[in-house]
This record gives sequence, structure tokens and C-alpha cells, in this order.
Amino acid sequence: MRQRFTCDTLKTAPPVRVARRTGGDALEPHTGLVAMHMSDGIVDAPTSVIFGLVAVLGLAVCVARARRDLDDRTAPMAGLVAAFVFAVQMLNFPILPGVSGHLLGGALCAILVGPYVGAVCVSIVLLLQALLFADGGLSALGTNITNMALLGTFVGYGVAVAMRRIATRSRGGLVLTAFVAAWVNTVVASLGFVLEYAIGGEGLALGTVLGLMTGFHALIGIGEGIITALTVGAVASVRPDLVHLTRSATPSLTITGVRA
Amino acid sequence: MAAGHAHPLYRAGDSVVHRLPAHVKIVVAFLVVLAVVATPREAFAVFGLQFLLLVGVWVAARIPPGWLATRALIEAPFVVLAVLLPFFAGGPRVEWWGMSLAVDGLLAGWNILVKGTLGVLVSVTLAATTPLRDLVSGLSRLRVPSMVCVIATLMLRYLEVIVAEARRMRLARISRGHDPRFAWQLGATVRSVGALFLRSYERGERVHLAMLSRGYTGTMPAFTTAPASRATWSVALVPAVAAALLAVSGYWAW
Repeated sequence: MRQRFTCDTLKTAPPVRVARRTGGDALEPHTGLVAMHMSDGIVDAPTSVIFGLVAVLGLAVCVARARRDLDDRTAPMAGLVAAFVFAVQMLNFPILPGVSGHLLGGALCAILVGPYVGAVCVSIVLLLQALLFADGGLSALGTNITNMALLGTFVGYGVAVAMRRIATRSRGGLVLTAFVAAWVNTVVASLGFVLEYAIGGEGLALGTVLGLMTGFHALIGIGEGIITALTVGAVASVRPDLVHLTRSATPSLTITGVRA
Repeated sequence: MAAGHAHPLYRAGDSVVHRLPAHVKIVVAFLVVLAVVATPREAFAVFGLQFLLLVGVWVAARIPPGWLATRALIEAPFVVLAVLLPFFAGGPRVEWWGMSLAVDGLLAGWNILVKGTLGVLVSVTLAATTPLRDLVSGLSRLRVPSMVCVIATLMLRYLEVIVAEARRMRLARISRGHDPRFAWQLGATVRSVGALFLRSYERGERVHLAMLSRGYTGTMPAFTTAPASRATWSVALVPAVAAALLAVSGYWAW
């Protein structure tokens, strides 16, 4: 039966190979090797609880401050930003042969929507990844949020603010700032892991962990930095009003002293 | 994530576990994972019993083991990495310090392997029995700030849209001959990440305006769930208490 419907030309024609190699260009669901989503059991229970509390307290502050940037009614915008972070975290990029990292998006978010909204968005992404996709352990949620959403985002934003003078001068300056902020964000997040491991981990010498994690993440940070920098550049060229970092510097149109 | 109501790990059903309120399940899952993490690593039998406890939950939820095993593999590369690390660290030391440190490295690797695996299995069980909408209303029941719940709801609703948008952009790049092999060829990919942000943000602006024009005042109406009765709690907490007792017994026995 099936033979009758098969066209001869289809049989003999070479297969169309459009998506032959998609290794470096992903934006499709990744299959593990998550660079910094810690699993359960890496640090002990007391450390997990302590960093869980740190994450809850830090997030409470962030939510309170984010309300200033973003009242309850504009939360839908933050929801879409969070969806963007989630989608972008699926973007794998090659670091070394066989090893790929994915974007954390902390510095990207902080530069585009501000550190408080950014930290809340990244935290929500981490929470839902743990609850819905089993990506990152439940007991490691506190440490993951502390590293990626709080430490990484705020230190990255601090770097960006320190470099604001360069960032506002030119597009190249903004791109450079975004690169440095994203690189520092990645390395600092890995240092957060080293700190947690020093408090509640076992098995490896601290120097080895420090060397492995910072070395590995210094490489990941380059990928994160390039993607963050070019993304911020692309946004700034189309909608400069959306870049939170330089927003206050851009002259706003105000009407003053209207006289009859 | 079909139609914003299900997610890839959700397995529709009508078992006792499915019917439990989401906030109860979230609390129980956190407690069980904490108990597993608190168990001393030498208490091998305790981990086996905790696994049997999970098997009991799967029987009650009617989740077939094969289905679970394939989903739990998501985290396998990470677990393999965690197991390899102690070998990397412990390898050269065996000659220096003798066997005792190698055993310690093995135990540390076992610790991460067993706790990571049990943790993933708990997460997958929670995700398999809880639909999306219930999860967010469960979080709101657990006093998570309303702003976080609103952001989470909208994120989950639009995630599929954003991912589909990203996929279309990728297809468009590939069909125009884009075939990156090296980091310096990432330009087009990265420009589409920028475009994706703009499209997401502008979609957010449109969604916000649409919500306002339909009378949105800042609170989502759907976050009302009934509180769980004491009977529900006492049934649901059985696995958590059992896991905690097992963890304590691990300290006793060793």
C-alpha cells in the first residue's frame, strides 16, 4: 500500500540537510550539564537552610525595592522579562570541545531592567526550574538563588554602575561595560559556590574547588560576556529607553514653564 | 507546555497524590529533600529505605518507574560530573596519603550521587503530579508575595510563546545559511537574542495594556485556593516524617 504513495524522485533525491550542524547555535532545550544549578547533596543540610534563609531575606528586600521600579500593575512586563530569561537560559554555547555552558542572564537583566527587578526575575526562573523541570535541587534552591540571582546580579550591576561614565559615553562603552559586568557576574556566582562549599561541602580540597570553579567560570564568563554585551548593544540601538543602566543619563523630554 | 496548563514533566492523573493541594505537596517535597540531605552519608541502608518510601508514593500516584527514570536522566550529566570530581581530586593523593583519603573521596562522591538522585526523583514526582496553575496558587498560599506570583504566572503563560519565537528566529537564521562553528560567528545569534528581548518586552507592554483595558487592578483573581484540612496535612506529612525519622536513625545506627 505504502509503495503506491511513495514518489520515486523522493527516494533517489539526496536528503535535504538544512539543520546539519546546530552545535553552536542552539536556543533549544538543553539536555543537562547545567553549569551552576547545584543539585541536592553538594552542601550539607545546615548550610542549605542557612542559604535558604539568606535567599528569602534577600528576595524580600528585592521585592520591596522592585515595587518602586515596577508597581503591581506593571508586573506583566516583568513576567515577560522572566520568560525571556528562561528562554535565554536554554541557549547553550560551546566553551571547550564537549563542554558547553548556558547563559545565566543576571547581568543582562540587571543592565536592562535594573538589579531589583532583575534579581526577582532570575529567582523566579530558578524557583520554577527547580519545581517544574527538576533543574537544580530543592534543597539547593537557596544556594542557587544566592549565587545567581543575588550575588551575581548585584555584583554585576555594581560593576556596571562603576563603569557608567564609560557606558554613557558611547555604544562601544556600553558594550564593554556589559561584557565586564557579565564576566564578573559569572565569576562571582562561582565564588559564591566556593564559599558555600567551604562552609558545608566535603570531599574536595578547597584550593582544588576554587581553581576548578573559577577557571571554568572565567571561560564561561567570556561566552556570557559576549552574548550579554552584544544583546545590550542590540537593544540600545533600537530602544535605548529600555536600557535601565543608562536611562537616567538619556535626556528625557519634559515640558517646563508653559506660558499663556 | 501545551496550552499553558501542562508542562513537560506533568503526568495527568486522578490519584491521591494528584488530588493533594499544591502547597501541601511543595512543603512535603522540601521536607523530604531536606531529610535526605541531612542523612549521614555512611547510612547506606537509610538511603535505600528512603528510596522505598518514594516508590510507595509512586505506587500511590500510579507513576510507572520507566517514565520516572527517563525524566530523572535530565540531571544525569551533572551527577556524573559530581561523581568524577572526587576522583580528580583524590587520584594523586592516594599515593601520598594511602587509601584512607581515597575512601573519603569515594564517600563524598557517593554522597552527592545518592542525594542528588533522590532529590531529582522527589522534584520529578512533585512536577509529575502538580499542574502549572495549581503550583503558582500553591506558592501564593505559602505567602509568596503577590508580585512574585503574578510574574511567575505570566512567565509560565508566555514561556511557550517566547520559546516558539526563539525557535522561529533560529529556523530563519539556519534557512538563510547560518551555520556557526566558532565563538566569533555568534553575531547573528546574539542579535536575535537582543531582538528576542525587545519582542518579549514589547509583548509585555501590549499584554499589560490589554489587561488594564479589561479591568486589571494589580491582583490576579485566580489565586484563591482552599486551605488544607488538618486530616489532609496529617496524611501528606507521613512521607516527610518517615524520611526525617529515617535520617535521624542514620545518626543513631552509625
